[in-house]
Amino acid sequence: MPTVLGFEGSANKIGVGIVRDGAVLANPRRTYLTPPGTGFLPGDTARHHRACVLDLLHEALTEAGLDPKNIDCIAFTKGPGMGAPLVSVAVVARTVAQLWNKPLVAVNHCVGHIEMGRLITGAISPTVLYVSGGNTQVISYSEHRYRIFGETIDVAVGNCLDRFARVLKISNDPSPGYNIEQMAKRGQKLVELPYTVKGMDVSFSGILSYIEEAAHRMLAANECTPEDLCFSLQETVFAMLVEITERAMAHCGSQEVLIVGGVGCNMRLQEMMGTMCEERGAKLFATDERFCIDNGAMIAQAGWEMFQSGHKTALSDSGVTQRYRTDEVEVTWRN
Amino acid sequence: MKVPKRRRSFRKKPKHSEEEDQPLRASEKSRRIPRSGRGEAGKMAAVTETGREAAAAVAETAGLAGPQEQERKLERERERSSDFLRGLELVKQGAEARVYRGRFLGRAAVIKERFPKRYRHPTLDSRLSRRRTLQEARALLRCRRAGILAPVVFFVDYTSNCLYLEDIEESLTVRDYIQSIQMTETDPEKLSLLARKIGKVLAQMHDEDVIHGDLTTSNMLLKMPIEQLSLVLIDFGLSFISGLPEDKGVDLYVLEKAFLSTHPNTETLYQDLLKSYSSESKKSGPVLKKLDEVRLRGRKRSMVG
Repeated sequence: MPTVLGFEGSANKIGVGIVRDGAVLANPRRTYLTPPGTGFLPGDTARHHRACVLDLLHEALTEAGLDPKNIDCIAFTKGPGMGAPLVSVAVVARTVAQLWNKPLVAVNHCVGHIEMGRLITGAISPTVLYVSGGNTQVISYSEHRYRIFGETIDVAVGNCLDRFARVLKISNDPSPGYNIEQMAKRGQKLVELPYTVKGMDVSFSGILSYIEEAAHRMLAANECTPEDLCFSLQETVFAMLVEITERAMAHCGSQEVLIVGGVGCNMRLQEMMGTMCEERGAKLFATDERFCIDNGAMIAQAGWEMFQSGHKTALSDSGVTQRYRTDEVEVTWRN
Repeated sequence: MKVPKRRRSFRKKPKHSEEEDQPLRASEKSRRIPRSGRGEAGKMAAVTETGREAAAAVAETAGLAGPQEQERKLERERERSSDFLRGLELVKQGAEARVYRGRFLGRAAVIKERFPKRYRHPTLDSRLSRRRTLQEARALLRCRRAGILAPVVFFVDYTSNCLYLEDIEESLTVRDYIQSIQMTETDPEKLSLLARKIGKVLAQMHDEDVIHGDLTTSNMLLKMPIEQLSLVLIDFGLSFISGLPEDKGVDLYVLEKAFLSTHPNTETLYQDLLKSYSSESKKSGPVLKKLDEVRLRGRKRSMVG
């Protein structure tokens, strides 16, 4: 029963998690916050991660009540993600692996999300909707790969929401998406926005340009409130996501849906997906913000699966990469 | 309301313009349905009746009755249509429509009902369902006029967003066909012929400026006998008309991803398909260039998160 320690830091969250045979022993996390109207830049984010990674490591070990000698393997995010934050966290992973003389396992961030979702919800072979600040994919497993059936052909849905939040100067604390969700609850009027679905793919860049322009115009003319805009944006983009998920389910003949990624903890998205599943007699699996949003335990969990099936990453292969697609990983731990 | 530029062409006309609906119904009826067929199915009399009333209802919206009365009337129409459909055999529930099998004036028909999706905001839902029913009917007609095999449109019911289409009997999806060949045979030539045929049909379709919008191997049928490779395109719900290489490139990109994720280890097959597309289409140069661009956009997208 191996115990795996996982490091995650591909975007503005940094987390250290410890997993032993399906049990999450510790999973502390910090988020790099920027003032309203601004995003997070790679260099500043990496500086933030470097400053708190060792505290987090200490916190995780204390919380789990473990010593380094109890750890069997160190997992870290190889990619995809922002270069500088990835590097800053990988350096720590390599260092402790050598100090403690433990094997290293390099993990694909998206696969981490999927494996964590499967572990927490117990979904067996679901169609996965992976929605976050950097990724929007509809994934289904077949023949040792997580195959991407649909995805965004330009920006990610979370990126679209974050950038819209910057236009309205919505706070980044705890996350722009959470604040949009709260404001949307008070929205009444549906502003018509472009709706761009291409088969199982979606596109958000046009919607973003449209609403960026419309926001200033309509708010100035008092035609709608910021709450209405949040409401309309959510209703439109989530309907698109539910639609492509349903199309992938119809195409693959699947009866299970799992939502993962940061946007996945939005309750309105979960509610809409639940309604869709009800209509088709399918089952919805979703998790809360502890496991939806980037965290260390998900990397530890994917690392645990990989370690169990015999994966080890040599120090010379432990580089990080900004581009690392979900379907590049050979999934040796599933049939 | 503004929508992205290239789509505006569909929406610039008033929402339910009679001149658009009428030619479609008239031409379809007179051309496709033999007079002898009309008396045959008692059930169908009810449907044509529904159609006439729906047309009347649309005419009334132009000004005669009060809005509440119209709404009640439309509601009655919808109920009637759904009562009729519930009596039929449900073939499948796709991503956005239920597909029933029945008869239309004595002919084997499939009825595609875009039922309201409860997860979507009602305003958004009715806008999408109506637009897609319209687009599907138009694209099917346009393909058939160009000699591309696609189901005949028998009847369009705008009140309940139902399309009455020819049933392609004795057929199987390209998806099932490829999977069965992959399981039983090792001869790659057979599938390569099919891939080239698909490329040819798509080239024809794109030369007519029809963008399918949801190309997958589930949305292509092969008529029996299969050796003849008569390929029928279905499911035009996301289609639109555009001459832009960008839209055609994205159409091919959507197929490429669906193809390769559904059928592992078929990269060479897809290359055959593209080769045949480029030799058959008159305007393939810029389209394939765009396809390369869209693929690169795809690489970029797996970044943060």
